[in-house]
Amino acid sequence: MGFKEALANGEFVVTAEVGPPKGTDISGMVHHVKMLKDKVHALNVTDNQSAVMRVSTIAITKVLLDLGVEPIFQMTCRDRNRLGLQSDLLGAAIFGVKNVLALTGDHTMLGDHKEAKPVFDLESVQLLQVINQLNEGYDMAGNELQGKTDFFAGAIITPEANPLEPQFAKFEKKVEAGAKFFQTQAVYDLKKFHSFMGRAGKYDVPILAGILLLKSAGMAKYLNKFVAGISVPDELIQELANTDKPLEKGIEIAGRQIRELRQVCAGVHVMAIGAEDKVPAILEAAGL
Amino acid sequence: MIVAEPKTLDEIKAMTDKFDRILMVGCGTCTTVSLTGGEREVNLMATALRLARKVEGKEIEIGEQTILRQCDFEYIDELKDADSYQAIVSFACGAGIQGLARKFVGKPVLPGVNTQFIGFNEEYGYFTEQCKACGDCILHLTGGICPVARCAKGLLNGPCGGTNNGKCEISKDKDCAWVLIYNQLERLGNLKQFKKIMAPKDFSKAGNIRTMDLRKAGD
Repeated sequence: MGFKEALANGEFVVTAEVGPPKGTDISGMVHHVKMLKDKVHALNVTDNQSAVMRVSTIAITKVLLDLGVEPIFQMTCRDRNRLGLQSDLLGAAIFGVKNVLALTGDHTMLGDHKEAKPVFDLESVQLLQVINQLNEGYDMAGNELQGKTDFFAGAIITPEANPLEPQFAKFEKKVEAGAKFFQTQAVYDLKKFHSFMGRAGKYDVPILAGILLLKSAGMAKYLNKFVAGISVPDELIQELANTDKPLEKGIEIAGRQIRELRQVCAGVHVMAIGAEDKVPAILEAAGL
Repeated sequence: MIVAEPKTLDEIKAMTDKFDRILMVGCGTCTTVSLTGGEREVNLMATALRLARKVEGKEIEIGEQTILRQCDFEYIDELKDADSYQAIVSFACGAGIQGLARKFVGKPVLPGVNTQFIGFNEEYGYFTEQCKACGDCILHLTGGICPVARCAKGLLNGPCGGTNNGKCEISKDKDCAWVLIYNQLERLGNLKQFKKIMAPKDFSKAGNIRTMDLRKAGD
């Protein structure tokens, strides 16, 4: 069953992600895709993730479709102006891409081409509006399309953003702009996430909680120190520190959190940056 | 004002290497206030360049003049004997440098500064950008704080996911403009404004080769 249909049916939906490689050798990525193929509803394909130049998202979504996996086309506004965004969306539609995750994108200064001119002609909220306009059969300039799109558009939210209020107001704007699903930044403090869902759950949009595999106590501390909107509670850091098999512990923690989240939100988005081969183990630990 | 940073002595020395008689021109308005292109800075750079060239055994004669504005031909006319120099180094913003270049056709006019931005002098020697001259001001919608200039991505609908403790994704020393805007709109009792979706910006108003024509037909 497709991603959109599974959400509509109230199934507990699982997504994971693949990062296009830097270079033309996609064998490693294809291996991961095949491993995840029957375990997830869809796979996000990142877009020059962290502003690091890689294979184009659109090409990799086609690879996934050919492998029989449903892609979620992540589209950032960093590298293309409104013409480029719209024409790539039309191209993706022709390939058979249904799901688009509209993102603003990390700044070029964070990536590996810091001298680049960042675009940001549009941003996430406006991109959602554009996608919906293409679905209606018109481009941004109001010109009628010869053949329209049928995208299922989503967006992201950071439940532990600090401060949360401006982010939450933006979440409401994304809903208004036509976001039909959300994937979140990694969440670790489930009590806090519960209270976030108390507010966000009032909107009629499914939310997939972000699960990011912790590989060590050091990684958890690094996330706390350097990554916006991620906060790993001390208890989890202790759990990881008190074992000589931290990766296995991380998988256990992720599985446990997914089990708890089944009662809280529509699904999970599992991220295991650099350890995609561990995703099946996480899902097994979650009883999925 | 327009803020500029000085070019280094090495850069100016390289640009003027083939000349032995040049004029350095300061600008009495913006770059004087931003401490990069006024009478004092022209004198410091001229002195440093004379010394550097002397050490190399290639002495240079440098004239020094500062006029009120280099972006205004009325003041450029006040420059004396400019024609008698082999080249002119301008310490004005990009507009002022081009003002001299247009006035002294056939003479090399060289930049003495790097023009940075339109901004404030926050404290002595510290300047911040405030305006991108985007041609379509929205400050009435954003609590008097410009996201076009002060958000690293120029976003129009709130902070990105990179904002962290009220700071910008690209630097923890820089405030997130959208957190400032949110707080200001809240103080103004106008969070309703924050929640309105802002349409994409009309960048045709910020394009290159801009002109403004206040001449009435028939004038």
